[in-house]
Amino acid sequence: MDFKLKVWRQQNAKAKGHFETYSVTGISPDTSFLEMMDILNDQLIREGNDPVAINKGCKSSGPIAFDHDCREGICGMCSLYINGRAHGPGHEATTCQLYMRLFKDGETITVEPWRSAGFPVIKDLVVNRGAFDQILQAGGFISVNAGSAPDANAIPIPKKNADLSMDASACVGCGACVATCKNGSAMLFVSARVSSLALLPQGRVEAVRRAKAMVAKMDELGFGACTNTQACQMECPKAVSVSNIARLNREYLCAKFKD
Amino acid sequence: MDDKLISKIPEGPLAEKWTNHKAKIKVVSPANKRKLEIIVVGTGLGGASAAASLGELGYNVKIFCISDSPRRAHSIAAQGGINAAKNYTNDNDSVYRLFYDTIKGGDYRSREANVYRLAEVSNLIIDQCVAQGVPFARDYGGLLDNRSFGGAQVSRTFYARGQTGQQLLLGAYASLNRQIAKGTVKSYPRHEMLDLVLINGEAKGIIARNLVTGEIERFGAHAVVLATGGYGNVYFLSTNAMNSNGSAAIQCYKKGAYFANPCFAQIHPTCIPVHGTQQSKLTLMSESLRNDGRIWVPKNIEDVKKLRAHQIKPSDIKEEDRDYYLERRYPAFGNLVPRDVASRAAKERCDAGFGVNETGLAVFLDFKSAIERLGKDVIKARYGNLFQMYEEITDTDPYKEPMMIFPAIHYTMGGIWVDYNLQTTIPGLYAIGEANFSDHGGNRLGASALMQGLADGYFILPYTIGDYLSHLIQVPKTDTNAPEFVEAENKVKERLETLLNIKGNQTVDYFHKKLGNIMWEYVGMARNEEGLKKAIVEIAELQKEFWKDVYVPGTETEFNQELEKASRLADFFVIGDLMARDALNRMESCGGHFRVEMQTEEGETKRDDINFAYVSAWEFKGDADTPELHKEELNFEFVKPSTRNYKD
Repeated sequence: MDFKLKVWRQQNAKAKGHFETYSVTGISPDTSFLEMMDILNDQLIREGNDPVAINKGCKSSGPIAFDHDCREGICGMCSLYINGRAHGPGHEATTCQLYMRLFKDGETITVEPWRSAGFPVIKDLVVNRGAFDQILQAGGFISVNAGSAPDANAIPIPKKNADLSMDASACVGCGACVATCKNGSAMLFVSARVSSLALLPQGRVEAVRRAKAMVAKMDELGFGACTNTQACQMECPKAVSVSNIARLNREYLCAKFKD
Repeated sequence: MDDKLISKIPEGPLAEKWTNHKAKIKVVSPANKRKLEIIVVGTGLGGASAAASLGELGYNVKIFCISDSPRRAHSIAAQGGINAAKNYTNDNDSVYRLFYDTIKGGDYRSREANVYRLAEVSNLIIDQCVAQGVPFARDYGGLLDNRSFGGAQVSRTFYARGQTGQQLLLGAYASLNRQIAKGTVKSYPRHEMLDLVLINGEAKGIIARNLVTGEIERFGAHAVVLATGGYGNVYFLSTNAMNSNGSAAIQCYKKGAYFANPCFAQIHPTCIPVHGTQQSKLTLMSESLRNDGRIWVPKNIEDVKKLRAHQIKPSDIKEEDRDYYLERRYPAFGNLVPRDVASRAAKERCDAGFGVNETGLAVFLDFKSAIERLGKDVIKARYGNLFQMYEEITDTDPYKEPMMIFPAIHYTMGGIWVDYNLQTTIPGLYAIGEANFSDHGGNRLGASALMQGLADGYFILPYTIGDYLSHLIQVPKTDTNAPEFVEAENKVKERLETLLNIKGNQTVDYFHKKLGNIMWEYVGMARNEEGLKKAIVEIAELQKEFWKDVYVPGTETEFNQELEKASRLADFFVIGDLMARDALNRMESCGGHFRVEMQTEEGETKRDDINFAYVSAWEFKGDADTPELHKEELNFEFVKPSTRNYKD
């Protein structure tokens, strides 16, 4: 299969970005999207594209920087906006699980980084998602030191709650929800963590404090508000449900009433 | 015995060693812990749990990872589960049985005392994880559920769907985040350790590159903990994440840490087969699938030919024409034999011409009888996400047709040599998790990697490191302006500049793929003397060519992924060479290391306990010289090494 790729290029956080168009040919339909990016990069390197040259007025700017790691859809590192959709046209799949058989031969594919105030671009398609770490540091944990836990079966947990907690905890922290939200809201991400812990007896103790602290941090870091468009749920590669947002709102309101 | 290889295994009965040892080692008072600094490199299960626990104790910790967040570490990809000797299923499991299965599974090439301790603390890990909010699978009564894994006849594996590693890592990462918020731990994401700094022979810090700005930075501490995982990516194609690498371990090796059992690499039997030359990595299908899946190839070669020509579908082949070769050869364990045994059996069938895909390198993993027995819904609840992942990759529905699988490199049992305290041959340098060599011998059992990473990080290192640090309570903070830091930084800079200035004709991946081919061909599933000697020569030639002809675009003062890859590949050559040398030296077959010259008439591994019941520990002697072999004899006081038998 042959493709034209319109890719966002940006030398660093401060530089102005632009699109460049490249061609790749002879791609097998079983090739993954990121493997196709590897092939393109190999091509760019072999053509002698050199990022140093761009400073001397040369148009091409070396291999394309993009984040990736496990390539099996679980680490949450990959993050491309493909043809206007977070993680591209796949259903419940991250970019690394996207295969070229989903695209039409000869198609022009547009590739951009996550675009959100909360995720500044580092280079090309790589963004800084450190804000997610900061939100979790504000309260996304249960305060238990190693060595102080009771027996694992001491507190039975209804299977339904354990399963719902697992559903929420499937979030890989990729940021697709933020990238796809017109408000740049991180509500799905925050609610997934709040829910997953609040559904368990171990996490109930701090549930109220956690919800308040994480929402406050999210607001502080410049993420937008939630207006219930549910786009986040549509694009989440792990099918994390917006019902978690409802659960977060409940926790948050309770907290505010108590204040 | 070599004077550096003192294992420090405590005296006394097996079950009392750890308790006695803990009573004897020194502790550091809370007031003094505040004055001490520890660097932890890597944020997988080992690194994250260690850093969090050390922070909880009050030490000042700095943690480094190459990804944008600690949560990306490759522990996250572990699917199946984590073992513990809870005996919740009442099937006669015990600490001793977990110990025995692990030491037998490792083909008697690990230390009794270490393995027993691992089994002993396994139960604490499950308690800790549940307290952290890890959503393990539960029964309707609300209690924890278990399943079976290879090499065990009991159900002792705890799991969270097919995402156990992810959930355990999120637990450790949450504890880490709590400490970061408290200020006991400082996190340095997108930082790569490029050298270890020694002062007077002791580990006192690291040189790291800020991967965003390219800046080379110095970090000092009273001790350094290496938790950087394994080196399976030396094969290019493996189930490891793309950025997993052995560079930090190699920097430590070059600074004097011995590298143990490098040839012990695990080849996982259930991976999705290779599909062509453009592939970047291999995907694992969890071992848990072997609970319900049955592995087979056709009995008749005609059926194989028709399958390859797509004239028939696998489901067209009648029951009596299928060869369930694991059940046939190993009736007692059947499809749940350990990984090394299952991998070799698949290779044997494919070598005999029964491979079921076009390349002849695949066997079937079939859920037909399980679906008939339990119904599709039960299978979906157990393995839904794995089936979905398989279908996404292969475009085949595994509910209808069997999966195709083939062995692939997955885990490395070898690693930095450590004593019972997890300290390396360099004082002040510790290695935990997959980065060390200690607990799995020649083969790791499924669901034991997660157990080891968390055992080391939560419950072993936080105790043992105190024994070393107790001597340093009056030692001031490490001065990163010391000449040793300046020298190490300059060397790192020189090396990066050298790589950038080669400006040759080939890409980094070109060399990496070539190295991978050599490794898979000669240091893969079957090894022999001739091939290993050839590998050593070919790796050296390729390494030379790399340093002459690689092209690394860009500069060192920017975000530069090609430069990162080049620097890691340069170290993979060193690892590949070490693996081949170690495999050549070990003239026996054991665990994942299969020397063709040493097999029984039935094609099983033939161990040589008289000549090879030792840990090989390699000492770096300089870039131009061959490494020196040291031996730590393994003494079996409590179990008698026997031939591993999974037949009856």
